[in-house]
Amino acid sequence: MTKKISTSTIVSAALVILLFVLVFVLEKVTNPYSMLFVVLKKGAIYALVAVSMNLLNGFTGLFSLGQAGFMLIGAYTYAIFTIPADQRMSVYQYFDGGIIDFSIPVIPALILAGIAAAFFAFLIGLPVLRLKSDYLAIATLGFAEIIRAFFQWDALGPVTNGSNLLKKFPTFDSTLFPFAVVGICIALIVMLINSSYGRAFKAIRDDEIAAEAMGINLFRHKQMSFVISSFFAGVGGALLAMYQTTVQAMAFKSAMTYEILLIVVIGGIGSVTGSVIASFLFIACSEWWLRFLDTETFIGAWQVPLLRSGFRKVVFAVIIMAVVLFYRQGIMGNREFSPQALINKWKKLTSKRKKTSKEGR
Amino acid sequence: MAANVLKLDHITMQFGGVVAVNDFSMEVNEHEIVALIGPNGAGKTTAFNCITGVYEPTNGMVSFYGEPMVCNHPQGKMKKLYKGEYYDKFNKVISPTPDQITKLGIARTFQNIRLFKSLTVFENVLIAKHMRAKQNVFTATLRLNAKEEQRMRDEAMALLEEQNLAHLKNEIAGSLPYGLQRRLEIARALATDPKLLLLDEPAAGMNPQETKELTDFIVQVRDKYGIAILMIEHHMDLVMAIAERIYVLDFGRMIASGTASEVQDDPDVINAYLGVDEDE
Repeated sequence: MTKKISTSTIVSAALVILLFVLVFVLEKVTNPYSMLFVVLKKGAIYALVAVSMNLLNGFTGLFSLGQAGFMLIGAYTYAIFTIPADQRMSVYQYFDGGIIDFSIPVIPALILAGIAAAFFAFLIGLPVLRLKSDYLAIATLGFAEIIRAFFQWDALGPVTNGSNLLKKFPTFDSTLFPFAVVGICIALIVMLINSSYGRAFKAIRDDEIAAEAMGINLFRHKQMSFVISSFFAGVGGALLAMYQTTVQAMAFKSAMTYEILLIVVIGGIGSVTGSVIASFLFIACSEWWLRFLDTETFIGAWQVPLLRSGFRKVVFAVIIMAVVLFYRQGIMGNREFSPQALINKWKKLTSKRKKTSKEGR
Repeated sequence: MAANVLKLDHITMQFGGVVAVNDFSMEVNEHEIVALIGPNGAGKTTAFNCITGVYEPTNGMVSFYGEPMVCNHPQGKMKKLYKGEYYDKFNKVISPTPDQITKLGIARTFQNIRLFKSLTVFENVLIAKHMRAKQNVFTATLRLNAKEEQRMRDEAMALLEEQNLAHLKNEIAGSLPYGLQRRLEIARALATDPKLLLLDEPAAGMNPQETKELTDFIVQVRDKYGIAILMIEHHMDLVMAIAERIYVLDFGRMIASGTASEVQDDPDVINAYLGVDEDE
């Protein structure tokens, strides 16, 4: 039993390492600025945020829509603390160079971004987590909007640069950097989900009253899930800032939360691997594969009908409706993708085939 | 006389003008099976909910091993509405949440089964071990609590084996047949290491054969774990067979108490169940 588990972990680890090597080699061999790498970078970042949202929505049963707000806090914290001291004058041009005149390295700043988001989540959680289902969703959505408005406030200009852009902070070139950070974060979330606390979260999702009768302190565990989820959303926000090379509060609208919610729903509520797969698919569709729909195309003198700016979104909506209609549970449901599961499925399929062929004889 | 495990002291639960439980006092002694019976809507489950912290009683006190566990007196709006006798008797407010009460050692099952339906049988029991584990979220995530985790798993497995549920351990709880779900719910409650087990209609929806098995099972549980059991039940044969003492509630009031035979012959009880003949 234990041996089986360890072989499947080894296979999974090997797959992850293989993926990293593949990305590394691809980056060396092909053009590192091609669309593929855009999708890989952004997809990885969205995967982290989607998994963190899944921790809340799928594993703890808290329908929260505050993810964009916590990403914003993460992105701003990262940007504010990493802009090099000699660049501050040009970034904070309307605010005399701001009030912070030091900068910290990238990795501590990423962690700090998470901690800042987690701290805000802790404060917001105190009142909000007493609400349930739709009410919780509305309240968290409201707080996310408040955070966005707050960061654009002029009086905070010396810190947040008001509604102006933050830029010139360190970013990444290689796709491996977001992959590594996202990989570590998702691994931590998976380990949490498989721990005793993860089981407690799932118990709360299945039946709050029974969970409480089993001695699980509802508020404390919900708060924990909320804070941890926000921590990783904050790290995701910081990575997004690095990817975009600039940060503006304007970008973190509730539409961003809906995009992430969509990824979670398409991937399967309660499936980490589902969220990851769906996030790459979603980003690939919206940034790459469906882009041709937005450009007017001529074949000879004949203009292909319907193709014009905005048509992509129509097709996208249809695809999403189809997914929701035919895959009620999302791509993965609440199952996980793993080599072991794949082998099991293969065995099942082959044994069924054998059986039917025997019966046929 | 054995020590009181649980003692209800003039418990009243009033929802606005409706008095669900009216001045109800009872006790459960160590190693005893006590039943709470009464017609539908008599306030049995409300009394349960007052004990387990789901409701705050309007007035009265619940003690556990002599220690006050729940205590309340009418406040605010209820001060005007409450017309009970023991108005001044209680002045403290102790209102723990259900999880704190479970931690003290009172486990319960529910009238309509509340299992963690999407989790396996094993996980259902394992969750009950979570609250007493010495760990925090960091050690648990980083697997620094391996010993503790192993202990929890061993204990849960041992319990499943004792309850003859071990062969089902990887089944999804929601897919079990009804009788086994009941058994699992009791097993899960036992996994919290209780000193007192509250069963809310354990035989609801069971056929006579299953009820008989359950009767033996409850006695076994009591003997094996040396705990006290308080249950709400409608199946009179079950109650009469194993309950050492019975309390009868009707319209929130206790109308009789005593052993099975005493209660059976009580005219008030017969009236409550069969109705009073108005001609006489």
